[in-house]
Formats: sequence, C-alpha cells, structure tokens
Amino acid sequence: MVNAKTTGQLSWRRNPALWKWIRRLIWWSACVPFVFQLYGAVFNTLGADPAKELALDTGRWALRFLLLCLAVTPLRELTGIAQLAPLRRTLGLFSLFYASLHLLVYALFLLELRWFEIGDDILERPYITVGFTAWLILAVLGATSPKRMVRLLGRRWRTLHKLVYLAGVLALLHLIWIIRSDISQAVIYGTILIVLLSYRVLNHFKKRAAKAQTTRI
Amino acid sequence: NIEAAERGGAFWTNEALTPYQDVVTYNNFYEFGMDKGDPSRYAQEFEVDPWSIEIAGECDNPATYHLEDFLKPQQLEERIYRLRCVERWSMVIPWVGFPLADLIKKAQPNSKAKYVAFETLLDPDQMPAQNSRFAIIDWPYREGLRMDEAMHPLAFLAVGLYGDYLPPQNGAPIRLVVPWKYGFKSIKSIVRIRFTETEPQTAWNMLQPQEYGFYANVNPNVHHPRWRQDMETRLPRTLFSSGRQETLMFNGYGDQVGHLYEGMDLARNF
Repeated sequence: MVNAKTTGQLSWRRNPALWKWIRRLIWWSACVPFVFQLYGAVFNTLGADPAKELALDTGRWALRFLLLCLAVTPLRELTGIAQLAPLRRTLGLFSLFYASLHLLVYALFLLELRWFEIGDDILERPYITVGFTAWLILAVLGATSPKRMVRLLGRRWRTLHKLVYLAGVLALLHLIWIIRSDISQAVIYGTILIVLLSYRVLNHFKKRAAKAQTTRI
Repeated sequence: NIEAAERGGAFWTNEALTPYQDVVTYNNFYEFGMDKGDPSRYAQEFEVDPWSIEIAGECDNPATYHLEDFLKPQQLEERIYRLRCVERWSMVIPWVGFPLADLIKKAQPNSKAKYVAFETLLDPDQMPAQNSRFAIIDWPYREGLRMDEAMHPLAFLAVGLYGDYLPPQNGAPIRLVVPWKYGFKSIKSIVRIRFTETEPQTAWNMLQPQEYGFYANVNPNVHHPRWRQDMETRLPRTLFSSGRQETLMFNGYGDQVGHLYEGMDLARNF
C-alpha cells in the first residue's frame, strides 16, 4: 500500500501541470523589467538622461538573470527537484535578452552608431571589451541552446556551456570597472557569484574524491 | 522667492537653460545615495534652518555665522553658468548667490592663507549614505581652491536656483559653484570654510588620486583614465537627441580664468 503522505509530497514535486504553471509564471515575471523599460522609453519617464538610465537598467537585469541561471543547478541538486532544470535555459536566455538590449542601447543611443569610435572605446576603455566578450559568450550559448544543437554537439556541448562561468566573471568585472565610489552592487553580485562558483568547485573536487575512492576499492 | 540682480558678460550664458525639473532630479550628492534620483528622493527632510557656517584658519576674522545673519547684508545676484560633470554630462543653470570673494574679504585672510578649504555637513542621521559601508568616500566631503581661484569673480556661493531657494539635493542652504572646474569641486551644503597654508585634502582626490586631481579644471585634452573628456552630453537629452557637444577648455571660461594657470602643466596638475 502506498503511503498517502508520500504520494502527496511526490505529487507537488513532480506534478507536471504545477511546474508548467510555475515556469510560465517565471517567464512572464522575467518580462516585467522589459515592460517598465519600454514604458519609460516610450513615455520618456527615465529622467534627464534616458539613454544612460536604460543602459544601466538593462545591464543590471542581464547580470541578475545570469546569476539566477547559475543558481538553478545548485538549487536543483540541493532540493532534489528535477523539474527546476529547464529554468536554467529560460533564465540564461533572459540574461542574453537583457544583455542584447544593453548592447543595443549602448550602440544606438550612447554610441549613436559612430562605429569609428568603437575602436577607441575598446582600446581606451577595456570594460567595453570585457562586457562585449561576456555578451558574445551568452550569444553563443543562446544559439546552441535549442535541443537540436545539444544533440548535435554531444559531449562538446557541456564543455562549451561551461563558458557561462566566464561570462559571469566578465560581467562582474564590467560592473566593477565603472564604479566611482559605490561598491554596493559589486559586493552583492560578487558575493552571489563567488558562492555559486564555489559550489561548482567544491562539487568538482567531491566528485573526484568519490571517483578516486571507488577506483581504489 | 529671492530677489537677485542680473549680471551680464561671462556671468550669463545665452545657452538654453536645463529645465528646473531636471536640475532638481538629476543629482550627484552621494551623502543621500548613489543613484541620480536618490538625492531628490531622500533629501527632502534635510534640515537647513538653523544653519551655521564656521570661518576659520589663517584669517583675521574667524567667526561662526548663522546663515541668516550672514546673508542679510549680501546683495544677491543671478548668474547663468554651464556646469560640467566629470561624468561627461552638463547642464546650464541659473544660480542665485554672491561672489565667494565677498566672503573671503570679510574674513580677511592673512599672509599665510594660500588655499581655501570647504567642508560639507557631517550628519549620518540626516545623510544616510555617510553610514554606508559601500560608499567609500571619507566623509565629510571636502573640497578646496587655491586662493587666487577662490578670489576669482566667477567663483560663486549659491543659495538659490531658478529664483528660488536651493532644494536640499542641489546643496541647500549654501554651496560653491566653480563653473570652470568639474562639478565635484562645487561642494554642497557647506558648514566650514578654512584658510590654509598648504593644499587641503579633497574628497575625490583622497579616494582616487590618479583619477581626480586637486585642480579638476574642465579640460578636453586631459582624459579621465577610464573615459574621454573631449565631448559631453548636454542634459536633458532624449533617446533620439543626444545632446552631444564638444567640451571646451575651462568649460568655455578660458578667457576669464586661463591666466590663473599660466606656466602650469595641466596634464600633470589635472
């Protein structure tokens, strides 16, 4: 006989309908910052320098979604809820979405397509290079995120997608580089990133130790 | 509202004014927060009455004035100055106030007085960011000028803008305006003015000496280590009008102040 309590617990953790709704909710919530940005841009409520405001806000959300994306795997492993796994892709793509907006705002409204200046920017302001590299990584990961690409790349897919950690580090560096005196955001996001990366490093060594032990036995 | 006599010439640019709303909502006043909108959001309860100013250091008339008494005999004037921020944005603002030189003459600095040092109020209860572990400025905010710069007729103490008293976010009740220098030299909410023999410490220079010099003259030829300074964005801008324009030497006040720096290497003394 099956214990009613156990089935109850199993049912919410594995209930596909519930998780479909949760994922849908997360998807729509992830669009909310964009709605605010769009509203601000259209109705000109972003203050005296709307271009800068948009650039800052899209950049912040790109980093936030990247960190959320990196939090999915630890959360899944710690809670044992396998249904969380698809969120990694969703949140990663939202990070790419906001990073692309960020780049678009920079090119259209701050640089105003004066491409000859990009050379100066990249040489004189390395934080632009660093940020652009982070976006490039996210774009490659986004392009290889469909299931078809996962199958096509096979083992190499996992290796390629480890670049997401580098994107996180570069995005943080990009943020630190523009600080004038307020280190609060760098400290908060940096701490979260360090925790998420340490989890991977620890896991890696734990797995290696476990493997070594089994081979010895 | 406060009455002010109008002045022409270099004291009065004809460029389009930055609208009041932008002048009072787009501010750097880190004591109240780091975002441009923070000062207008969090400074509204700021207590500026009573306010006293201490005049001290190398002068014959050191005193502590109540601002009210201090202002009563002052003839106020209106000046329209360009303001160029080191972050590459600029505004055009109609200030109300009086020349800094008036105050200095009253204080009668002695022969040892080579510099004037200014300090902003230190009051973490009212200025929350002064308690923040994340704002790494060494409070109170400090600034300074060489005596000849301070005596220059363009150097101005403002008590109002747009014909009205200064809102807290713009440096109420009294602030410095030095239009040929980057905005951070124009210290806000002043409580202490001191005459010194040696170059005083200044807040940004203490934090990042390789990025912010003591002089901080607007100079399109000397770039900040992390961004160019030859262009600026005149605010307000919209998404489709960039407000982008060339930055002028000494913010366009070169004819008036150029002689102060003759023979100085401005790339070194940035």
